[in-house]
Amino acid sequence: MDDIKETILNLLTDLHPDIDFEQETNLIDSKILDSFDIVSLIADINDELDVAISADKIIPENFNSLDSLAKLVKELSDED
Amino acid sequence: MLFTSYNFIAFLSAVIILYWLIPRKARWVLLLVADMVFYYFSKTTALPVNLIYLVSTIVSTYIFTNLITRNANKEKAYLKANKESLDKETKKKYKEQQKAVRRRLLIGSIVVNIGMLAVVKYTNFTISNINSIMGVLGSAHRLTFVDIAVPMGISYYIFQTVGYSIDCYRGKTEAQKNIFKLALFASFFPQLVQGPISRYDDLAPALFESKEFDFKYISYGLQRILWGFFKKLVIADRLLTAVTTIIKDTETYNGLFVVLGMLFYAIELYCDFTGGIDITIGAAEALGIPLKENFIRPYFSKTLKEFWNRWHITMGTWFTDYIFYPLSVSKFMLNLNRSSRKHLGDKIGKRVPVYTATIIVWFATGIWHGASWNFIVWGLGNCLVLLISQELEPFYRFFHSKTKVNGTRIWDAVRIIRTMLIVSSLRLFDCYRDVPLTFKMFGSIFTDKAVINKETLMGLGLEPTDYIVVLIGVIIVFVVSLIGRSGSVRDKISTIPYWGKFAIWFGLFLIVLIFGQYGIGYAASQFIYNQF
Repeated sequence: MDDIKETILNLLTDLHPDIDFEQETNLIDSKILDSFDIVSLIADINDELDVAISADKIIPENFNSLDSLAKLVKELSDED
Repeated sequence: MLFTSYNFIAFLSAVIILYWLIPRKARWVLLLVADMVFYYFSKTTALPVNLIYLVSTIVSTYIFTNLITRNANKEKAYLKANKESLDKETKKKYKEQQKAVRRRLLIGSIVVNIGMLAVVKYTNFTISNINSIMGVLGSAHRLTFVDIAVPMGISYYIFQTVGYSIDCYRGKTEAQKNIFKLALFASFFPQLVQGPISRYDDLAPALFESKEFDFKYISYGLQRILWGFFKKLVIADRLLTAVTTIIKDTETYNGLFVVLGMLFYAIELYCDFTGGIDITIGAAEALGIPLKENFIRPYFSKTLKEFWNRWHITMGTWFTDYIFYPLSVSKFMLNLNRSSRKHLGDKIGKRVPVYTATIIVWFATGIWHGASWNFIVWGLGNCLVLLISQELEPFYRFFHSKTKVNGTRIWDAVRIIRTMLIVSSLRLFDCYRDVPLTFKMFGSIFTDKAVINKETLMGLGLEPTDYIVVLIGVIIVFVVSLIGRSGSVRDKISTIPYWGKFAIWFGLFLIVLIFGQYGIGYAASQFIYNQF
């Protein structure tokens, strides 16, 4: 697992210790992550990885799984 | 033109018949003409004034969004043409410059439209507050209130067009090049007066590309409208008298009557608002145009958070997508996050930006419902309960891990009743429209001993038959909601034999006809959410 993915996994686990984020692929559609979680997560990612996720990137496809979120963060990180 | 008026039924029937008779390409034009006719006959203020606001919204949104899309296309073309020659840094700088241009255009669009809404809805509220402050400071000078009528549907069409402008800015959609099509999106008549607040991507394709005729559209649409009429005319309008009596006479109707008022208002508001939305969705459905659902059995919610995910959904998601998210992840909030974590520690510090954004959003939600302090306190009250629930999450988790109540029917029922009590208590701010009076009446529940008996119940303006009709009506709504948990009720009814279907729908039609609150000399009441 790369660093970005591992950091995000830790942040997600902090939010919901009872969820297996490596398996779950419906985080938004199953309402596991709510709007509070999403903005907390974005602030944490900004703090830990120095990557800013803008509001237009907050769509289910980007937040439904650990993989999709890690992919988004990696893309944004590469853009910088 | 009220949805429950004969005029609306005649108007809608004519639109539906004409819509399916004329060529498909011309149908969107018919809808636009229908919008204008509906708007003309529904005018709440002088027509030119009403139209000025609507036209200003359409024209300004059209100009700004087209400039945004043109700039985005120009950026793409430039980057494509110079793909090889530009280095990464130059590309990034160019993109940032162009994005800043689009941001300025978006801000222009928002300032014009939200500014218009603010002037119309909040000028007198601002003046009233300034006058109060001057009074406190000992000044005898008072500002004069201005005579501004709130144009019909302004909150809804401005929210819809502002959402569309932001979607254009975010590149989610391209600006509509035909101003008349944009006008149709902004003013689609079924949803003009009380929502739901649609997104351009969802609604536009169905508006502009009409479908092949299918009788199911008409039958399902009419069934949904009939269901809306049932909730509005048989239940909501019947309870209106009792609710108004309880609210207006606070000296007589205190104590347990406040609780009764909360219960009646919960039923009235639900049947009024969801009934109106049923008529809206049904009218659009009869034209083959699907609209987003605005309610999913909200009174079955186990928490306030869940309630707000099921009640007035399109408004809630609008506030989340277009205010809460942009605000929470803005540079300012991210910086606030860093500095608050530094000074207050991780645990408390990380809450500061999220909670700040939440408070702002609920303040906005409150003031959107009405330009008065009772609505602001109502919004902030909801916010307070949500934030407390958020903080208590670990406690709930601990409690559920130590007990076996979670997931049991009895515990679910307790949670549903608790949520209902919270929602209804907060709604007292909406009922009494006065903050100190609301607290006083809420307190009276525990101190005053008003007696509820047959005589006092009759004093609320309802006959015994009215109570029976309301009770049976509520049971029907409850049963339908229960059935609806496992899928569309209309789909289920459509599978039963013909005589059964006929009995259900004709029976409902007769119920509305016989028990609906109308008749000679009776003016059906306005929908509650039309005022917002």
